[in-house]
Amino acid sequence: MTVPNLVGAGLIVIGAGIGLGKIGGSAMEGIARQPEATGKIQTAMIIIAALLEGLAFGALFLGK
Amino acid sequence: MTKILRKPNLVLTTLFILLLNSSLFAKSDEGHDGAVDTKDEVGEYILHHIKDAHDFHLFSYTDSHGERKHVGFPLPVIVWSSKGLTTFMSSKFHHDDSGHQIVEANGTRFVKLHSKIYELEEGAEAISFDETHHPTNAHKVLDFSITKSVFGILLVGLLMFIWFAGLARQYKKKQIPTGFGRVLEPLVLYVRDEIARPNIGEKRYREFTGYLLTVFFFIWILNLLGLTPLGFNVTGQLAVTAALAIFTLIIYTFKGNKGYWGHMLWMPGVPYLIRPVLAIIEVAGAFLIKPFSLLVRLFANISAGHIVVMSLIAIMVTMKSEMGAVGATSLSFVLSFFITLIEVLVAFLQAYIFTMLSALFIGMAVEEHDHH
Repeated sequence: MTVPNLVGAGLIVIGAGIGLGKIGGSAMEGIARQPEATGKIQTAMIIIAALLEGLAFGALFLGK
Repeated sequence: MTKILRKPNLVLTTLFILLLNSSLFAKSDEGHDGAVDTKDEVGEYILHHIKDAHDFHLFSYTDSHGERKHVGFPLPVIVWSSKGLTTFMSSKFHHDDSGHQIVEANGTRFVKLHSKIYELEEGAEAISFDETHHPTNAHKVLDFSITKSVFGILLVGLLMFIWFAGLARQYKKKQIPTGFGRVLEPLVLYVRDEIARPNIGEKRYREFTGYLLTVFFFIWILNLLGLTPLGFNVTGQLAVTAALAIFTLIIYTFKGNKGYWGHMLWMPGVPYLIRPVLAIIEVAGAFLIKPFSLLVRLFANISAGHIVVMSLIAIMVTMKSEMGAVGATSLSFVLSFFITLIEVLVAFLQAYIFTMLSALFIGMAVEEHDHH
């Protein structure tokens, strides 16, 4: 891997990390506010996390 | 005997173990002997494991005569060469992957280079390379071999058929499943009630539950199989995940209703000038981005998991000089043990997500829109 590739991979991971952190944090807050909606919030969280992950992996894969 | 035959899982497992023990192939000690000592060799070994292969390789050792022995079991090679269909066992390559071991079959000569089978040109005695390490006197052949991945797919297909046919038979006899069916029933209900029903909708979820169940169990069992030391990496092959994603693509393209196509090509409720732009985005999303994200997510997660586990196991080789044999081995054992536990979770999660997103995409295509 060349240096630009490595920098790009790092940027992708930073972006994906921020996104996942926001999703996880909001889900935690939501669950704390409404514990009875835990199941629904978790499902939605996993779907959004999976979509984000797909984007991040796609970028990593294209940059390889 | 008949009592044993009534337990097909047991028979299959026994056959598998017998196969493991039955073969052992030796290779002369020239060139790269398969030993993994340096960091470069570790990287090469891991990348080799990620790819598909023509034989199962469990471990290698050097015997008392200084000969390198490889233990594993061979798989059939089926190729379409210039002389037509040719078959032989991959043990004839003696686990050689550098193109030096020549196999003669059906009047043609074959070599194996980087897990690909090449046919030597007429009159060529040994393979020769140009400066970029591409062979100059050999060409690729159409390869229909039962490789590791194909074997894994066939094995899982057979297992699923035995398990679920048995489960269906039990439901016909009495309403409650027995034995292993009790493990499968809650999983089937989970996929139906938690994935298919809420995402596709009460009206049409039954049509697609079969596909979703098949995809879920197929991916999950193959993911778990990848965590065994046999070296399967089926769901980490782009071709396999691409095929699964294309199935989903075909289903939601052909089952899509008028509302789905209308919203894709001529979005109601937005200004006319924006509609063509939205149509381009929607078409790209439906035919490229959705299947691409499905296939890359599964492939990348499983491959990355394998690379991480193997890198952590490799700590016992790469850190030996800094930490000593005992320290490096215990560190690598602790790390790889816990990462493997996480991988068991990831194996389920990826199967769940693939099924969930397939259900979501199908649900978007078949949902009934309110008329504006």
